[in-house]
Amino acid sequence: MAAADAQFPPPKVLTYPASAPPSLVTQGAEGRLYKTTHLLPDRPCALKYRPPKPYRHPVLDARLTKARISSEAKVLEKCWREGVPVPAVYAMDPAAGWMMMEWIDGIPVRAAINEWLGERPAELEERPVEVDDTPLVDLMKRIGTAVGALHRTGVVHGDLTTSNMMLRPRESGGQANGCNGDDGKAKALEGDVVLIDFGLATQSMSDEDRAVDLYVLERAFASTHPRAERLFGTVLGSYKDTFKKAASVLVKLEDVRMRGRKRSMLG
Amino acid sequence: MDIAKKKRRIALGCEGSANKLGIGVILHTGDPTRPETCTSTVLSNVRHTFVSPPGTGFLPKDTAHHHRAFFVRVAKQALADAGVAIADIDCICYTRGPGMGAPLTSVAVAARTLALLWGKELVGVNHCVGHIEMGRAITGADHPVVLYVSGGNTQVIAYAEQRYRIFGETLDIAVGNCLDRFARTLEISNDPAPGYNIEQLAKQGGRVLLDLPYAVKGMDCSFSGILTRAEELAAQMKGGGKGPDGEPFTGADLCFSLQETVFAMLVEITERAMAHVGSSQVLIVGGVGCNERLQEMMGAMAADRGGSVYATDERFCIDNGIMIAHAGLLAYETGFRTPIEESTCTQRFRTDEVLVKWRK
Repeated sequence: MAAADAQFPPPKVLTYPASAPPSLVTQGAEGRLYKTTHLLPDRPCALKYRPPKPYRHPVLDARLTKARISSEAKVLEKCWREGVPVPAVYAMDPAAGWMMMEWIDGIPVRAAINEWLGERPAELEERPVEVDDTPLVDLMKRIGTAVGALHRTGVVHGDLTTSNMMLRPRESGGQANGCNGDDGKAKALEGDVVLIDFGLATQSMSDEDRAVDLYVLERAFASTHPRAERLFGTVLGSYKDTFKKAASVLVKLEDVRMRGRKRSMLG
Repeated sequence: MDIAKKKRRIALGCEGSANKLGIGVILHTGDPTRPETCTSTVLSNVRHTFVSPPGTGFLPKDTAHHHRAFFVRVAKQALADAGVAIADIDCICYTRGPGMGAPLTSVAVAARTLALLWGKELVGVNHCVGHIEMGRAITGADHPVVLYVSGGNTQVIAYAEQRYRIFGETLDIAVGNCLDRFARTLEISNDPAPGYNIEQLAKQGGRVLLDLPYAVKGMDCSFSGILTRAEELAAQMKGGGKGPDGEPFTGADLCFSLQETVFAMLVEITERAMAHVGSSQVLIVGGVGCNERLQEMMGAMAADRGGSVYATDERFCIDNGIMIAHAGLLAYETGFRTPIEESTCTQRFRTDEVLVKWRK
């Protein structure tokens, strides 16, 4: 982490003295994600920073950075208000290119599913009937519910993948400490699905945009978790239960699939 | 004899998908099954461009007429420059598409004629794959993300499993088309190319950056709205309109603003593709790839990612015959042939339709 920090100068907001030093979590094409604290030393938060792009005209760069931070915060705020599981926005400075959000505990849904599928003995692959996939089916349902709630608020994510969903452990009182065997394994897929990374999100109510959102998720699912692809119907099922206008979106999804075109090589 | 076992392999390539008629001769040596042993030598690269008057574009009918009128002259020149005998040539390569229908057809007919006249085999080549392979051969970039930008195409491409896969592309017009049409609005000369003249004019501008739409969606982009806005601004300029600083702006300022905006979009989608596939090399091909401002911006982005940018000059960026000869010969060496009765051409021919057998 220290090496990564040294590689990029942190944004100014992270250079002020703090009890917990910030750490760089990921570096994408768009920006960087730091873990730091907000107001209290025990209140962790995520700081998304869009650094200036040296290749861009400074006027254009400032305009884009400001607009993108504001629009991402606006979308998150809208989702949060309407009960979609997303991180809460704590603070932002669009002109300086950063936004602070609630830190989401847990692991990406991608990692959780891969762990679940990875433990399965290979010889069972041809006899899926014998495997109890109930916890996985359950997780798929929660994914569909989360996406349904998102679309209900008039937001499309733009980059739905299982990497952009977190599985946040539930805070439960009666924690069974000595859980073992299947019981412990099943717990691995428990938790709330939280949608993250709204960098490409837009506000849209059109069936087309929503269908493309689902299609991107479907393709990402097929390439990331080919062994669980057959369960994708479950996601669409619970999407339909959550979102009243889902029927026409699913019809549109058929069209989008038929078009397919270049998206087929993405994942 | 088996072409792959032959030590020296020579191809003649004919290109005419847009307003350039190009014919080139390439020489390959080495063992095609071991690419590291192979060399490519450009023996000749002749081009003749159809230039339309300022304020107009090149129409398919006139362009096809140009290609028909100049084909024999350009072909003779290419053979003379190369200093090879007809007997030395192994195959005739031509552009199957994509491009403008009438110019494509006239060059395909000419290539077919040469093949029958000299008793050579034909190889139909995808124009985009020609650009990519020539760019790789000239720059030595072995596994780059490719930005292909020209008057007819705007694509971000990366190679995976025997195909050049399109990660992002324009949703409407090509970036070069946007620039060409804007040159028409300002009645900038089309000689040698509208994009070149916009680039030179832009160097005199830059006092202000005029506000233009910025349209990037993931790895795709769109240029038609930007063109419309730039045309509106040009009309305002002619009517004595003022810029954001209250001073009148010039055509040079407009060219500058247009370049800064559309190139920033191209660099952004390229960067996203590089992050997606985990590559640090970027290769720019196509006519717009000659633009030094685009190369400079791409270089700044690549340097930021610890990588580098590969670009070529007008000889290979702008449409040419040699790239068709090169890509055609690569396919020919793997056994690919286009029988004369199938030697058609097509306006729509996607980059990812071609099976790239010559790469691992």
